[in-house]
Amino acid sequence: MEKPIRVLIVDENDGRASLLESGIVAAGFEVVARLIGCADLCDKIGVIQPDVVLIDMECPDRDALEAMSYISRHQPRPTVMTVDRSDSESIRAAVQAGVSAYIVGGLSPERVRPVLEVAIARFNEFQTLRRELESAKSHLEERKVIERAKGILMKSRHLPEDEAFRLLRKVAMDRKVKLAEVAREVVAAAELLL
Amino acid sequence: MKTLRLGFIPLSDCAVLVAAQEKGLFRRHGLAVELAREASWANVRDKVAVGALDGAQMLAGMPIAATVGVDAVAGPLTTAFSLNLNGNAVTVSRALWEQMAAGDDESTGAALRRVVSERRSAGAARLRFAMVYPFATHNYELRYWMAAAGIDPDEDIDLSVIAPPRMVEAMARGAIDGFCVGEPWGSLAVERGLGRIAVTKYEIWNNSPEKVLAVRQSFAEREPEVHRALLRALLEAAAWCDRDENRPELARLLAEPCYVGAEERLLAGPLCGQLSLGGGEVASLPEFHVFHRYAANFPWTSHAVWLLTQMLRWGQIDAPIDVLAAARRVYRPDLHREAARDLGIAVPAEDLKSEGIHAHEWTLATDRGALRMGRDLFCDGQQFHPERALAYLARSEMRMPAPMLDALAALNS
Repeated sequence: MEKPIRVLIVDENDGRASLLESGIVAAGFEVVARLIGCADLCDKIGVIQPDVVLIDMECPDRDALEAMSYISRHQPRPTVMTVDRSDSESIRAAVQAGVSAYIVGGLSPERVRPVLEVAIARFNEFQTLRRELESAKSHLEERKVIERAKGILMKSRHLPEDEAFRLLRKVAMDRKVKLAEVAREVVAAAELLL
Repeated sequence: MKTLRLGFIPLSDCAVLVAAQEKGLFRRHGLAVELAREASWANVRDKVAVGALDGAQMLAGMPIAATVGVDAVAGPLTTAFSLNLNGNAVTVSRALWEQMAAGDDESTGAALRRVVSERRSAGAARLRFAMVYPFATHNYELRYWMAAAGIDPDEDIDLSVIAPPRMVEAMARGAIDGFCVGEPWGSLAVERGLGRIAVTKYEIWNNSPEKVLAVRQSFAEREPEVHRALLRALLEAAAWCDRDENRPELARLLAEPCYVGAEERLLAGPLCGQLSLGGGEVASLPEFHVFHRYAANFPWTSHAVWLLTQMLRWGQIDAPIDVLAAARRVYRPDLHREAARDLGIAVPAEDLKSEGIHAHEWTLATDRGALRMGRDLFCDGQQFHPERALAYLARSEMRMPAPMLDALAALNS
């Protein structure tokens, strides 16, 4: 059997949190912890490692949680906001606008499941995009540094371009490291020596 | 009466919105305003984006980040009103302050750099600092101050986001060694004997922009008269907030649970120009909170340009953009001038202003007489000329790859 999706609930209001919990459990998810907002929320999330975080929209820790995804050291988590009924009209508009995933108060199990699944799917999509973008960027950076290293070798050893490249590749193969790695060392050494 | 819902975050610098409400200035200009106290900047951003709020107090970087599309929720926003200048401070824990004070350094920035390098040699963990939002002025001023002292805020320390009301608790638990936040949270850490104010935003950049009142661009376009009435009410409220004799009353209003909900005396100190730094030391800083003087409410396009250079400097914007065009899309000094003209208030005729030039008060000529302007120095003595923003950026220590700088130069020629 597939492992159930592990949910963390962050809510100051204990009554509401336990209602939420029973809705989530009834929908077939596992609630790994219920926390009230706190200064070390992000550290706790790092330890608990939930698959998704449900946070009360009135909790000030939302900014901290959101900023975690800017910092690669922390594993970002999909986040779903829980909102009281008072705001529900505007929040429904938010969901339609694709702003973020929100669950409006008064949960029914049939409604929890699709919202959580969509939130996780959208989050994963976003993470994949981000990884692709980062790898494209680092690829470009590598090409740049190889070009620079080649230029340095051409100038300092008076080599034609193809031979400079071959020299870099040979060193990389002999030492079993990436070409860009060798190139970076050449550039660093040149900065020190030249 | 036109009904409006405006969001704010419980901080001393929501003052202008509170005064406009409590002194009946919204009503005087035909507006029935509901002020909505919000729990997080992300909530403010989302609610303005979807129309749950008509406008809100925002960190000056927020409408820019939303408009250029780098925040999590994007959409064009407009600001024609700067709510205040200055008002933040960097507070460090008592333990860190003791280490910083142990040397004979020329500035607190230099002292921090020494501690950072001592810790590195000793193999100790990196110091942990917090600020309030990725596109917060706090993020940029903290980074500016550190970088000016030779500290790399991405490599030499850990920097994270913590909500203002959690900062003191995080310091008490030893989870962070320092933070940059708005009042009254720095003063609270000092009062509890947990922290020491190491440097103020004013010292990092004199009279620098802080919060703005932002609305959706579509709102400003569809309801120009309502927007203009809102700006008039805010201008009058800002003038009221700025007068010394009104500051004690302002502290009393802000202390109410529906607004900041902090102790009045904690708010009153800095509002009345007295900032407790810690260890019994009190600094007299009449310009710690500036709400109106020095053309404080004018949305200088150049302030937006500076903020954009910082977003580029720290890699938050990683696609080439036309900086001045982006700044002009968000900041609307033209709309501000219309409202000021309605009230007969003098405003600058220019949209751009250089920074890091004036070590003393100076005067700016306008068609309604001379405007008194404030000091505008940076802590590292640098100058910023908005029409040469790219050169400014290239001078700073950057994380930007060379091809990006070339692409930027092509767009900003």
